[in-house]
Amino acid sequence: MTELLHAMAEHLVIVTLSMAVASLIGVALGVLSYWWHRAGVVIIALAEIIQTIPSLALLALLMIIFGLGDVTLAVALILYAQLPIIRNTTTALNELDSHIIDAARGMGMSRAQRLLKVEIPLSIPMIFGGIKVALVNSLSIAVMGVLIGSGGLGYIVYRGIQQRNMGRILLGAIPVVCIALLFDYLMGKVEVRLSKHTS
Amino acid sequence: MNLTTLFLANWPAIARSLATHIMLVVVSVGLGTITAIPLGIVLTRHRRFAPAVLAVAGMIQTIPGLVMLGFALVLLGIGTVPALAVLTIYSILPILQNTYTGISEVSPAYTDAAKGIGMTAMQVLFKVELPLARETIISGIRISTVYIVSWATLAGMIGAGGMGDWIWTGLATYNTGYILIGAIPSALLAFAFSAALGGLQRLLTPRGLRRQP
Repeated sequence: MTELLHAMAEHLVIVTLSMAVASLIGVALGVLSYWWHRAGVVIIALAEIIQTIPSLALLALLMIIFGLGDVTLAVALILYAQLPIIRNTTTALNELDSHIIDAARGMGMSRAQRLLKVEIPLSIPMIFGGIKVALVNSLSIAVMGVLIGSGGLGYIVYRGIQQRNMGRILLGAIPVVCIALLFDYLMGKVEVRLSKHTS
Repeated sequence: MNLTTLFLANWPAIARSLATHIMLVVVSVGLGTITAIPLGIVLTRHRRFAPAVLAVAGMIQTIPGLVMLGFALVLLGIGTVPALAVLTIYSILPILQNTYTGISEVSPAYTDAAKGIGMTAMQVLFKVELPLARETIISGIRISTVYIVSWATLAGMIGAGGMGDWIWTGLATYNTGYILIGAIPSALLAFAFSAALGGLQRLLTPRGLRRQP
């Protein structure tokens, strides 16, 4: 039991910390894509390419660079999270009503002020939606972390597979699926509430 | 060992792994497609069941690939068939979702018009709904294929072969050469499948429906 709780805690810590970093990077790249469309095309194409790389291949390649352990898994999760976060950020910013931006400009706001006081706050629901998708995916991908020497629930699953023990596989797998569904549900609720707030 | 020498020394085995990998993907996505499209069509005719079926499909998708292959290993044993079973089940889901959404999003104006000119239910399906939903359905097949190329690398774990074998061996022995030999071609394979289906999607979309770039 303590082993399971420990694995769950480890899993959650790795995923949430990675997603915190991934959100900062993703939103920054999303804003860059919004300000500078030509860079945006390249950034999104790169994120799509990363998304296409099979997860076992990406983890193994990153292991060559970063070695065994949590850091490698975190880097993989951050890379996989980029596409949903960047895409949602740019789409939200691009879809903003131009009247609002004109009004902000008319009040004499600088580009940074417009971004931080008008554009980002109005885009929050959709950005949050992107983070939700990334986080739910990450919970599932993080199971593979065991293959590159990281901890979490994957460890329990993998030992179950090695022992051909269905019970142990389920012991690791059920918490993963439940946590993923729980996050999906709760963050979906928050997303709806946020969008009520902004519209 | 140098990567080039390693590659040259092993290229027949690498080619065999690549062929197995492509076979795993084509067979499972093929089976998935011929199951998912009819199922999706049936769902649009019985919409009451759609939310429940799609929710279950969504839930299965959150099960990590490693876990599904673990189930297959324990329940069905080692080999190609258990791997194909898991990959087929996975490949059904995105195609099912997209078939349902694609057909549901066809405006009733079109289907009503089709009925109005005397088309039968089958004609409405094959001449109106499916052509209009084609782009969405193929994009579902594309999403499935990219996932399956990825999961097929895991299938090496249960003895189904494929490029995953090289990665697994590389990880187990901490051999960079083996990892690169497995990882780079499997990534390229994913890009190739994705690009080919993207091209097919564009090719099959009637000219009048193509989105202007």
